[in-house]
Amino acid sequence: MTEQQALYKYCLRLGDNALIQSYRLSEWCSNAPILEEDLALTNFALDMTGRAQALLSYAGKLDGNNKTDDDLAYKRGERDFYNLLITEQPNGGFAHTIARLLYTSTFEYFFYTELLHSADATLAAIAAKTIKEIKYHKAHATDWVLRLGDGTEESHYRMQQGIDSLWMFTGEMFETGEADALLRDKNIAVDLGAVKSKWQASIAAVLAEATLALPKDEYMQTGSLQGVHTEYLGHILTEMQYLQRAYPEAIW
Amino acid sequence: MATDTQLASWEVFMQGKPGANYIHAGSVHASDKKMALQNARDTYTRRGEGTSIWVVPTDAIVASNPDDNDMLFDPANDKAYRMPTFYTMPEGAKAI
Amino acid sequence: MELVEKVGTIQEEHLKSFEEKIERGDAIEPRDHMPESYRKHLMRQMSQHAHSEVIGMQPEGNWITRAPSLRAKQILLAKIQDEGGHGLYLYSAAETLGITRTEMIEQLHSGKAKYSNIFNYPALTWADIGAIGWLVDGAAIVNQVSLQRTSYGPYSRAMVRICKEESFHQRQGYEIMANMMKGTKDQQAMAQDAMNRWWWPSLMMFGPHDSESPHTGDAFKWKIKRASNDELRQKFIDKTVQQAEVIGLTIPDADLKWNEAKNCYDHGAINWEEFHRVIAGNGPCNKQRMAHHKKVHAEGAWVREAAEAYRLKKGQ
Repeated sequence: MTEQQALYKYCLRLGDNALIQSYRLSEWCSNAPILEEDLALTNFALDMTGRAQALLSYAGKLDGNNKTDDDLAYKRGERDFYNLLITEQPNGGFAHTIARLLYTSTFEYFFYTELLHSADATLAAIAAKTIKEIKYHKAHATDWVLRLGDGTEESHYRMQQGIDSLWMFTGEMFETGEADALLRDKNIAVDLGAVKSKWQASIAAVLAEATLALPKDEYMQTGSLQGVHTEYLGHILTEMQYLQRAYPEAIW
Repeated sequence: MATDTQLASWEVFMQGKPGANYIHAGSVHASDKKMALQNARDTYTRRGEGTSIWVVPTDAIVASNPDDNDMLFDPANDKAYRMPTFYTMPEGAKAI
Repeated sequence: MELVEKVGTIQEEHLKSFEEKIERGDAIEPRDHMPESYRKHLMRQMSQHAHSEVIGMQPEGNWITRAPSLRAKQILLAKIQDEGGHGLYLYSAAETLGITRTEMIEQLHSGKAKYSNIFNYPALTWADIGAIGWLVDGAAIVNQVSLQRTSYGPYSRAMVRICKEESFHQRQGYEIMANMMKGTKDQQAMAQDAMNRWWWPSLMMFGPHDSESPHTGDAFKWKIKRASNDELRQKFIDKTVQQAEVIGLTIPDADLKWNEAKNCYDHGAINWEEFHRVIAGNGPCNKQRMAHHKKVHAEGAWVREAAEAYRLKKGQ
């Protein structure tokens, strides 16, 4: 693996995380518990689509085949996507989606804070823009976890369910592969070990304040670094790529 | 089932640029202060309209009664000496 | 007896001051005196307008996950989000009349409050997203521009903000149609098909002909409504026919022709039977739209309840 190939894969992973999460959040449009929250969740989806565009455009340049962000989003198959499994899980109820947003936005907050210092100028610039958005996502998710965790008996139960059922997908966030190792040596990639301890401490503190139990360590799901996904991703791509696949000649 | 709630109403005031007056933008619904501020941000700054937001519970706004308009506002209408144009400047003098 | 007379005189004075304000073109503000029927008319119109924005999120929302490019997805998301925001502005403005959002939603669910008929039609292909933006938003903006001068202050201010934000909606729809007409045969056919299905319902959005419109009298006198249904419809047709020609779309109206004497287009007869049938609840999507809104509302109840409970616990 060359440095360029490693960087390509690294950008795909980050871009796919943003793309697939934005897909799931956009499904909340006209489905949120109150109109104001509908606007908030759509805003996050928009932030993430923008981030996906930036990262996939950059990946396209590294690939050497003149691929655009749209080529990479709409013309890749399941096995070539590298997003974390947690991002493709169905929304479930509101508490479930908020649990996912807490996990991912807390991760992304510490991740992109580190990426600000990347030796790769493009990644550092993307991080500088995106960190502002992520700070807000994290604050919004945290506030809702507190409200639901410490709200009614029912909301407490639902919030705990969300926190518990997604826990097995959080281990993947800190997995590293060949690309990470290579890019770490060049000070391009983020040290995930450092991110992990910060993430754990932050999540534990939020859950404690929300009167929720920290899930016990259990088996962690894995696979997305190798492009091995849950069944849900195939359905996402089927829907997302439908027009591009059905009318390959068309420009929209 | 309990009666439904759409949460309390808050009035939103936005500052368009640093140093400018805060102007009423509209309102949002929210259960608490933090939510009110976030909802105001998501509703009224989608096009980068603001640099600062105030939110105030709608029921904390005290509005004047239009029936009192004569006593409240009419007396100020004949006090032209409060306006700079009331005064004659000597020929050739420059305004400060 | 004396008291009754006095109350009567005060009411007359209030009505007089209200009518003078309307006459002068001053805005009516929430605490001003207003006839009960003015308040009622506004509540009905503004809540219907708010519900339309919110229900209107559904047909377009149907295509978010299938938008054909990242740019198209962003534009569509932003547009639907705007519509949610506009519903929110209008609910807030209506609340100044003394009705709560909870009550307005109850009225929507009970069928007492309506929303625009146009959203009872399905968005079947991607071209429908173009047609909705171009025709439906195009029709809405014609109406809303005129409502910026409506007499009720909070409504007028909401409309000013909405018009400013919606100016891109019609353009993005037209852009989708224009791109498809420059594209493959399949795309062109898709665009024309959407045009054929959305044209007539869009004309119906302006409501019955002036000769048939029951509420128009008071609404004009009080300057709630500033232009008639037929005037607005004509404005929309004249503007849109030209845009259709430029990109090569055919208006599905064999009777459409330029009237030199009147300096505007004459159009064929509108199918008012369809209009009344859809209003009565028998459009393609009436039940689907309402079931969706009710389901979302019910599913969110525990969240709203929890937020209230949390506030009480924290003593905020």
